Amino acid sequence: MNWQLALPEIFLSCAAMAILMYGVFARPERSFVMASMLSVGAVLLTAMLVLSGAPGTGYNGLFTVDAYSHFGKLLILTAVALGVVMSLDYAEHANMQRFEFPVLMLLAAVGMMLMVSATNLMTLYLGLELMSLSIYVLAAFARDERRSAEAGLKYFVLGALASGLLLYGVSLVYGFSGSMSFAEIGRAMADPKSASPGLTVGIVFIVAGLAFKVSAVPFHMWTPDVYEGAPTPVTAFMGTAPKVAAIVLLVRLLSDPFGALLGQWQQLIVLVSIASMILGSLAAIGQRNIKRLMAYSSIGHMGYALIGLAAGTGAGVRGVLIYMLTYVFMNAGTFACILAMRRKGRNVEGVGDLAGLGRTDPAMALAIAVFMFSMAGIPPFSGFWGKYFIFTAAVQQGMWLLAVVGVLTSVIGAFYYIRIIKVMYFDEPAPAFDPRPVSLSFVACASGLFTTFFFLFPAPVVAAAEAAAKVLFP
Amino acid sequence: MNALNAAGFPLLSLLTFLPLVGGAVIMMIRGPEAAVAANARWTALWTSLIVFALSLVLWFKFDTSSADFQFVEEVAWLPQWGINYKMGVDGISVLFVLLSTALVPLCILASWNSIETRVREFMFSFLVLETMMVGMFAALDFVVFYMFFEGVLIPMYLLIGVWGGPRRVYAAIKFFLYTLAGSVLMLLALLAMWYAAGSTDIPTLMATQFKPAVQTWLFLAFFASFAVKVPMWPVHTWLPDAHVEAPTAGSVILAGVLLKMGAYGFLRFSVPMLPDATAYFAPMIFALSVVAVIYTSLVALAQTDMKKLIAYSSVAHMGVVTIGIFTVNEQGISGALFQMLSHGVVSGALFLCVGVVYDRIHSREIARYGGLADRMPKYALAFMLFSMASVGLPGTAGFVGEFLVLVGAFKVSFWLALLGSMGMILGAAYMLYLYRRVIFGGITRDELKSIMDLSPREIAVFAPLVLLTLWMGIYPSSFTVFWDASVHAMVEKHVAALASTSKLAGVIAP
Repeated sequence: MNWQLALPEIFLSCAAMAILMYGVFARPERSFVMASMLSVGAVLLTAMLVLSGAPGTGYNGLFTVDAYSHFGKLLILTAVALGVVMSLDYAEHANMQRFEFPVLMLLAAVGMMLMVSATNLMTLYLGLELMSLSIYVLAAFARDERRSAEAGLKYFVLGALASGLLLYGVSLVYGFSGSMSFAEIGRAMADPKSASPGLTVGIVFIVAGLAFKVSAVPFHMWTPDVYEGAPTPVTAFMGTAPKVAAIVLLVRLLSDPFGALLGQWQQLIVLVSIASMILGSLAAIGQRNIKRLMAYSSIGHMGYALIGLAAGTGAGVRGVLIYMLTYVFMNAGTFACILAMRRKGRNVEGVGDLAGLGRTDPAMALAIAVFMFSMAGIPPFSGFWGKYFIFTAAVQQGMWLLAVVGVLTSVIGAFYYIRIIKVMYFDEPAPAFDPRPVSLSFVACASGLFTTFFFLFPAPVVAAAEAAAKVLFP
Repeated sequence: MNALNAAGFPLLSLLTFLPLVGGAVIMMIRGPEAAVAANARWTALWTSLIVFALSLVLWFKFDTSSADFQFVEEVAWLPQWGINYKMGVDGISVLFVLLSTALVPLCILASWNSIETRVREFMFSFLVLETMMVGMFAALDFVVFYMFFEGVLIPMYLLIGVWGGPRRVYAAIKFFLYTLAGSVLMLLALLAMWYAAGSTDIPTLMATQFKPAVQTWLFLAFFASFAVKVPMWPVHTWLPDAHVEAPTAGSVILAGVLLKMGAYGFLRFSVPMLPDATAYFAPMIFALSVVAVIYTSLVALAQTDMKKLIAYSSVAHMGVVTIGIFTVNEQGISGALFQMLSHGVVSGALFLCVGVVYDRIHSREIARYGGLADRMPKYALAFMLFSMASVGLPGTAGFVGEFLVLVGAFKVSFWLALLGSMGMILGAAYMLYLYRRVIFGGITRDELKSIMDLSPREIAVFAPLVLLTLWMGIYPSSFTVFWDASVHAMVEKHVAALASTSKLAGVIAP
C-alpha cells in the first residue's frame, strides 16, 4: 500500500500533536507565540511535502493525490499560514493567548486537506467534520465574550444540522448506488438503469450540506452573525480556507462521481449561484459593520465561484480555482486591514471608523482601496481576472442568464465597495488608528502586492489551474 | 513576437507607462507639505511634457499613406489563450494619443494653484489617468483595451470625489456605476468574441466574420458600454453631474478625452467588426443622436451654471459625432473624427475658461458675472474664440467636423442632415447667450471690479489651444491626412461586408 500519498496530512497531524505537547509543557507566557511560529513552520513544511508528492490513489481508493488536490491543498495551506500570522497580534490584545489556537487551525487544515483528496464519501465526511469541529471551537474561542460564544453556538447548531443533511444524502446515495467510493458511484450513475430518482434526492441533500459550508444562499443565514461575532482572526480564517476546501470538494464531487447527472444538479447550482450573487450584492448595501459587510460580500463571491461549477466544464473548474485563489488573497488582505482598525487598544468594526483614512494612514487606505477595487472586479486587479475566467466558462456554455446576472450584480456590488473607498478618501478624518503591528502589515502588504501585480504573471497560475481542471475533465 | 517597432524602441509602451513612473516618483517625495506640493507639481509637469515630446514622434514618423497598424509591439502574455500584450496605432487612434498627451500638461498647469490640498495625490492620480488614456487608445488587444478602459474609472473616481465640488460624492459614485454597468456588458461581448475567434487580437477580430444574429447581441452589449461613455441620450445624465463637480482639470480631461473613448470604441469595434448590426442599428443611433442634439441643446439654453451648460453642449456635439460614425461613408467618419478632435480641444478650452473665473470668484453661476470684457480683455478674446469654435464658425476647428458630418449625413438622408444641423443653430443660440451674459454688459458686482486678467501661466495654457483651434480650422488637411487611408479602408471593408451578407441572403432565399 502506498502510504506516502498521505504524507503531508500525516506530517501535519503529528506536528499539530507535537505542538500541543509543547504547549502543555512550555512556560505559559511564551507558549502562544512559539506555538504559532511552529505552526507556520509546520504549514510551510507540509506545503513542501505536498509539492514533492507524486500523484496516485491509495488506501483502497479512499484517498487520491492529483494536480487538482495539489492546487487545492496549496491554496488551503497558504490561507492557513496567513490566518495564523494574522491571529498573532489580535490574541495578544484580546487576551486569547492560548497555544490551542494555532493547533486547532492546524487540525482544521488537516481536515480540509482530507476533503480535497477524498475519493470516498467516508473520507469526505471525516475531513469535513474534523474541519468543522475545529472551527466551532475557534468561533467560540473568546469565551468570555457573549458575542463570540453566541457565534460558536450558532455555528455549531446550524453546522450540525448541515452535517446531518449531508449524512442523510450520503446514506441515500450509498443506498441507491451500492457504494461509498466515488469511482463506483460514478459507474452506477453512468448506467441509466440504476440512476434512480433516489440518487438525485441524495445529491440534493449533499449539495445542501456543502452549500452550508460555502455559505451559499439559501444556506447562508449563519454567515453574517457568525462573521460578526467570532473573533476577527477566526472570521478571517473562516472566510478563506474552509470556503476553498468546501468549494473544491463540491466541484470534485459533482463533476467526478455525479458528473453523469449534470443535467440534474446543474439547475440547482445555477439557482444557488444566482440567489447568492443577488443577495450578496443587495444585502451588503445596508451594512454598517465591516465584518457583516464582508460576510455578505463573501456570499456574493461564492455565487460567482459557483458559476464556474454550474458551467460543468474544464474551463469552469479552471475559473473556480483561479477565482478562489484571487479570493483568498483579497479576503486575507482585507481582514488584515480590519484587524489593524484599532483605537486605544480596542478593535473597532464600523465602516464609518475608516473615515479619512486616506489622510491619517495612506498606506493602509491604499491597501484597502486595492482590495475593494479588486473585489468589485475592476482591472487590472486580480479580482477582475477571477471574474474574467469565470464568465468565460459561462459564455462558452451559452449560460447567458448566469453571465448577465453575474455582471449586473457585480455593478450593484461595486456600490458598497466604492462606498468604502469614498469613506476613506472623501470624508473628513476620524481619529487615527493605533500603530499597525508588523504581522498585519506583512499580510496586507503581501496580499496587496499579489492582488495588484497578478496581471503581470497570470500565465503560470492559469496553466496550473488548467492542469488541475484537466484531472476532472480530461 | 516583436517588442520593437518602426521607431526602433517600444514607443507606445513608453508613452503609456512613463506617466506611471513619474507618478511613482511623486509618491516617493517626502518632506514638509509645501515643498512636497511644489515638487509634485514640477515632477508631474515635466513627466507630462516629456511624454508629450516623445509622442511627437508619432506625428512626424507616422506613415499617413498606410491604413495598417503602425508602431506595433507585441509581448506574450497569455499566449495559449490568445491574449497578448499588443500595442499599435492606425490613422484613427494616432491623433487621440496625441490629444491625450497634449491635454495633460495643460491640465497640470491649469491646476497649478487651484488644487491646494493633497497636491501630491492629485498629480499622482492625474498621471495614472494619462497612462490609462494613452494605453486605451494604443491597445491592439481587446483584453488590454478593456483593462485600460475600465482602469480609467479608478483615478477619475478619485479626482471627482476628493477634489470636486459640494456634491462630489454623488457625482463620483454615479459616474463610476454608470460607466461600470456599461462596460461589464462589453466584457461579456469580449468573451463571446474571444470564444468565436479564439483570440482577442483586435486586427484578428476585425478580420473575423460574426454571424448576423450574434452581431446583433454583440452590438447591443458594445452599445451599452460606449453609449454611456459618449454619452448618448438618454444615458447622458451622469455627465452634467460629473462635469459640474469635477475640478477644472478633471472636466477638461473628461470632455477632452474620456468622452472620445466611447466614440473611439464605436469606430474600433462596432463598425468594423459588426458591419451587419451596424447597418441594422444605424437608424436607432441616428434617432438617439438627433434627440441628443436638439434636446440637450435646448437644455443647455436653460442652464444657469456655466459648467453645466458646457456639459450639455458636449452631449449635443457628441451626438453629431455618433451621426457621423454611423453614416459609414468617408465624409461622415472623417467628420466625426475631426469633430472628436476639435471638441477635445475646444470644450477642454471652454472648461479651462470657466476654471479661470472660478479660481477668482469661486462661483460658476452665470448670474454672478457680467462685463468681464472691461477688466479681462485677453480672457474675453480667448473665450470668444472658443465659443465661436464651439458654435462651428468657419475658420475655427468646430466648423470642419460639423460640415463633413452633415455632408455625410446628407448622403444618407436629407432629414437626418437637416435635424443634425439644428445643433449648429441652437449651439449658436446658447453659446452667444452665455457669452453675452458673462463677458458683455456693465460690471455691477463689486467683487468683479478688481478681477485680474489672465496671468502668464494661464496664457501659457491657452496659447497652444488657441493656435490649435485656428490651425484646425484654417488648414484641416494636416489632420485629416492622418486618417484618410484608414477611413477609406474601413468604409470599403464595410461596403464589401454588407454586399457579401446580402449575397449570402440571396443564395439562401432567392
